[in-house]
Amino acid sequence: MLTVENIHAGYGPTSILQDVSLDVKEGEIVTIVGANGAGKTTTLRTIAGLITPTSGRITFCGEDITRLRGDQVVDRGITLIPEGRQLFPDMTVRENLLMGAYRRAARDFQDERLEEVLDIFPRVRERLHQTASSLSGGEQQMVAIARGMMANPRLLMFDEPSLGLAPIIVSQVFEVVQQIAAKGTTVLIVEQNVYSTLKVAQRGYVLENGRVVISESAEDLLQDDYVRQAYLGI
Amino acid sequence: MTTFLQILLNGLMLGGLFAIVSIGLTLIFGIIKVVNFAHGEFLMGGMFITWLITTQMGLHPYAAVIVVVPVLFVMGALTQRLLIQPLMSARDDHIQIFATVGLSTALINLALLIFGADIANTPPHGLRAPLEFGELRLLTGQVMIFGAAIVLVIGLELFLKYTQTGRAIRAVAQNRGAAELMGINVNHIYVLTFGLGAACVGLAAVLIAPLYPTSSNIGTYFVLTAFVVVVLGGLGSIPGAFLGALIIGEVDALSGYYIGSDLREAVVFGLFLLILILRPSGLFGARQNLSHLS
Ligand SMILES: Nc1ncnc2c1ncn2[C@@H]1O[C@H](COP(=O)(O)OP(=O)(O)OP(=O)(O)O)[C@@H](O)[C@H]1O
Ligand SMILES: [Mg+2]
Repeated sequence: MLTVENIHAGYGPTSILQDVSLDVKEGEIVTIVGANGAGKTTTLRTIAGLITPTSGRITFCGEDITRLRGDQVVDRGITLIPEGRQLFPDMTVRENLLMGAYRRAARDFQDERLEEVLDIFPRVRERLHQTASSLSGGEQQMVAIARGMMANPRLLMFDEPSLGLAPIIVSQVFEVVQQIAAKGTTVLIVEQNVYSTLKVAQRGYVLENGRVVISESAEDLLQDDYVRQAYLGI
Repeated sequence: MTTFLQILLNGLMLGGLFAIVSIGLTLIFGIIKVVNFAHGEFLMGGMFITWLITTQMGLHPYAAVIVVVPVLFVMGALTQRLLIQPLMSARDDHIQIFATVGLSTALINLALLIFGADIANTPPHGLRAPLEFGELRLLTGQVMIFGAAIVLVIGLELFLKYTQTGRAIRAVAQNRGAAELMGINVNHIYVLTFGLGAACVGLAAVLIAPLYPTSSNIGTYFVLTAFVVVVLGGLGSIPGAFLGALIIGEVDALSGYYIGSDLREAVVFGLFLLILILRPSGLFGARQNLSHLS
């Protein structure tokens, strides 16, 4: 479904990603594991069209999307739920969700979609008319996920969805990710919570200093001595 | 007593005038975070076009709205696209200030070149005729301006709240990065917003032209007060600017009568400095719009 081939990308003159290749198949949950600053966020932002790679190729469902702008990538069915939630603070929860369905294709079905999404997040439904900034961190994260789903993407990318949340909320986030995948949306996820992520994912990549150093099934990664030592602290 | 009421009424009308001039300025500032120093010159351009249409074609000045508003929209949109947008990647915000100040000067000189230094009087077509309420008097044109200002404020608020494009404009102002993730083309939104802000001042121009003589420096006269209004109203808040304009209108009218007409400006700008020192977020502070300044 998504194929990233040998991309190099960064910010201005500083190159971060070095020859990164990965692929995600339809219906999978794939994770990217790596230390702080390894380039995980950069990878997701590059796929989302917010950073243009200096070389390499990204294809999605057979189409070359390497040089598309962010809004065009959203139209193709890829949505990124960013690190740190990034809600529109002075808008209501409902308005935030509607912004998720901004693009033409999603806008025509926004009302039906809103109902579907709110069924998954009953807490969000209760908060629909509050401003986003008045919600707790966990509620805000749920709104961020719900907003990402409003675009009805085929590939949903999560960047650190459990960051800064209480353990009980973290497990809710993982449940939601699984629920989304079960409904047929493909997932690419970056998480600090490596163990829990590998439990729900089918495959994973390990990124170090902007390079993919390991690519394995999630099961094998959980057994891998190096991964256990470096990322699972076992 | 009648005199006092008349002065209050004059102040109210003046407030409506300041409001309609300021709304576009505060919209552009609130969303794009650019202070458009050429705002007054947009007003001047719109007034000259109104004058041309009224005198050359013998039409009612308000008929000019169908030309002036679209022309100003395009002018604003082009300013954003050709002048501001190329400078936005430049980290230094001051460059944008120089750019709009430069545009302002260029437009004044262009007006001098085309229209000379003479004053252009737009035929009022009855808009300077007084409306009498007992002993109180108002000009028809003033009442029209006041009504238009109210309609414009309400219209813009509804647009920003209840249309998807309006929400996208607010989204860009509140979190630009997230707006991009929603698939909002931020540059398009900026071009649209600058166009809208300029179109608002175009509407103001059509309404003001029959009441005030048009000259190349008329923009400076109005826009200084507009800056006071925008700051008072909380930088970027449209209802705030409206209320701010009413306050400044009253201050202007009252101080003009009781303190002396040559001191009105001193009072208004004294108040301006006081607000900047005591309540920099404005009386009705829209705190989010200031966050980037601190
Ligand atoms: N806007 C930016 N401009 C310049 N360099 C950046 C920018 N954002 C990130 N970097 C650099 O790029 C490198 C990779 O950052 P990235 O955010 O992709 O890492 P990450 O793997 O997501 O880390 P974390 O786990 O901390 O989120 C880092 O060295 C970082 O300093
Ligand atoms: Mg990151």
